[in-house]
Amino acid sequence: MLGNALLLAFRELRRNVMRSILTMLGIIIGVASVITLVTLGNGATRQVTQQIASLGSNLMMISVGKRTGPGQMSGAEAFKIADAEALLHEIPELAAVAPVASSATTAIFANENWSTNVTGSTDAFFPVSNQQIAQGRLFTASEARVGAALCIIGQTVATKLFALQNPLGNRIRLQKISCEVIGVLLSKGQSTMGSDQDDLIVIPLRTFQRRIAGNQDVNLIKVSVKDGVDADLVKRDIERIMRTRRHLASNEENNFNVLDMKEITAMLTTTTRTMTGLLSAVGAVSLLVGGIGIMNIMLVSVTERTREIGIRLAIGALEREVLLQFLVEAVVLSSFGGLIGIALALTTAIALSGIMQVPFVFEGGIVAIAFLFSASVGIIFGYFPARKAARLDPIEALRHE
Amino acid sequence: MNAEVNQALHQAAPLLELQQVTKIYGKGDAEMHALAGIDLSIYPGEFVAVMGPSGSGKSTCMNILGCLDTPTSGTYLFQGVDVGALNRNQRALLRRHYLGFVFQGFNLLNRTSALENVELPLIYRGSPTQQRRTMAREALRKVGLSDRANHTPGELSGGQQQRVAIARAIVTGPSLLLADEPTGNLDSARSIEIMDLLTAFNRDQGITVVMVTHEPEMAAYARRIVHFKDGLIEADHVSENALTC
Repeated sequence: MLGNALLLAFRELRRNVMRSILTMLGIIIGVASVITLVTLGNGATRQVTQQIASLGSNLMMISVGKRTGPGQMSGAEAFKIADAEALLHEIPELAAVAPVASSATTAIFANENWSTNVTGSTDAFFPVSNQQIAQGRLFTASEARVGAALCIIGQTVATKLFALQNPLGNRIRLQKISCEVIGVLLSKGQSTMGSDQDDLIVIPLRTFQRRIAGNQDVNLIKVSVKDGVDADLVKRDIERIMRTRRHLASNEENNFNVLDMKEITAMLTTTTRTMTGLLSAVGAVSLLVGGIGIMNIMLVSVTERTREIGIRLAIGALEREVLLQFLVEAVVLSSFGGLIGIALALTTAIALSGIMQVPFVFEGGIVAIAFLFSASVGIIFGYFPARKAARLDPIEALRHE
Repeated sequence: MNAEVNQALHQAAPLLELQQVTKIYGKGDAEMHALAGIDLSIYPGEFVAVMGPSGSGKSTCMNILGCLDTPTSGTYLFQGVDVGALNRNQRALLRRHYLGFVFQGFNLLNRTSALENVELPLIYRGSPTQQRRTMAREALRKVGLSDRANHTPGELSGGQQQRVAIARAIVTGPSLLLADEPTGNLDSARSIEIMDLLTAFNRDQGITVVMVTHEPEMAAYARRIVHFKDGLIEADHVSENALTC
């Protein structure tokens, strides 16, 4: 019986190709926009997550200063290397701790100069910040301890200063010191905030403090938390230890700030998800409008085909067969529209993800949902006209002009 | 004499039987008695012409005979089954399996080929595709339209359309063929073609035919003529033509 209904439905739609396409348009646009938006949204979410992961997984950053408002910090006493050592010593959940001091400096090699960020840190800096060496080597713990004049440079610095030359073994000048390039870092590209993560020079912290900064300050402590550890607990431990070490009374606020990258990931992911959801809702509304379009056309069709329905009923079609025929027509229309919409959406999403430079993330789930949704739009909005057709009185219907 | 002839013709049980059938439309003052209590028996293999002026109740009677409508009172037995007691779907099934319809206005599906039109009742019967095709082609051949199978009604003349309609009505091999002024929209030459076809199906396949007509020349093809007037059967007699042939 369903096979017959399908046959009849296809015959009917074939007879009205233009109208069928116009009717499907609402569904096509609805399905296409929902899938495109969700796909692009997922791409954006993945991009954000990937970029944050590239900063270092399980990363927390402890910075100096009191947070007085969004993005506003008041000054406070800097950290010392001992603070970082104490954290590593007292919190077993920490995998690595890297004290960091940095400043903007011009690096000079031969005729080239490049204004960049010079970072002084220990060998723990590399695993904590998820930096890997592309060529050469990292500095050893002993080199770091004695404050050797060595440096590891990012890809951007390598390109700007050395162009096509091999930087390894060459010496670059940073203010008053000349240090040998022993390694080049693997490129990490842009960060979420749009800064170039390859534009840096890393030197041993002692070297930085003695020869560039001229003090014992540490501006930032980067820590990486072991896998499977409750980050909130670790964060509380860090705060407790730092408060003690900085002699804060219980009524004083923290004059440092602990930032958990996981929180930021979660926040940014939530933001993109919310945007995706909202935009998809707009798409879903157009699906609904498409459904009403189908109902409208089916109602017109029932009126227009009253005589035909009369003939079918007279010939011996059952009420439910006429109902099924019109319902199947509506469902075929809407699911065909759904299929075209899916094809359109995937093409658009691939094209747009290229233009917007977000990864194309294919999600079968949303495609399936969109298809089922479009089919059910056909059922829901096709039912009323179909029932109207099925309940016609054959005598009246045959008399209809 | 009529009774004798009838008895001679029909030893079998009647195919259909109307007993004191009335049909009343409207209510109260607007009440209209379309049928005022009629009795009619039609036997298998008969060719009956129904005549009468407009509003005489013959169309209402045809609707009831075609199981499209039910009597207000009285009984309609089709092959012994009380149609009045059947629900809408049961009546649809009865039409599907035992009845064929030919209308004045042809009532073919537009933009649908002759073959597909003839296939329609077979689709509802659930015949397999191959069998359906073969049967529909055979029916078209019988009405002489084999070469028009893929033409749509718009591409066919009135006479040809009516022949397609007849093919559609007989393709299932019905027990009863109801024809409502089948020649009403046709010129006399076409009308004769149609009447010849109906006569042939009646004679060769034993399909009982009940035909409404205004034209005495067409009624003359029938072996029995029933006259309606004011919701009653005014006369029911054997056609002179039938006696001679």
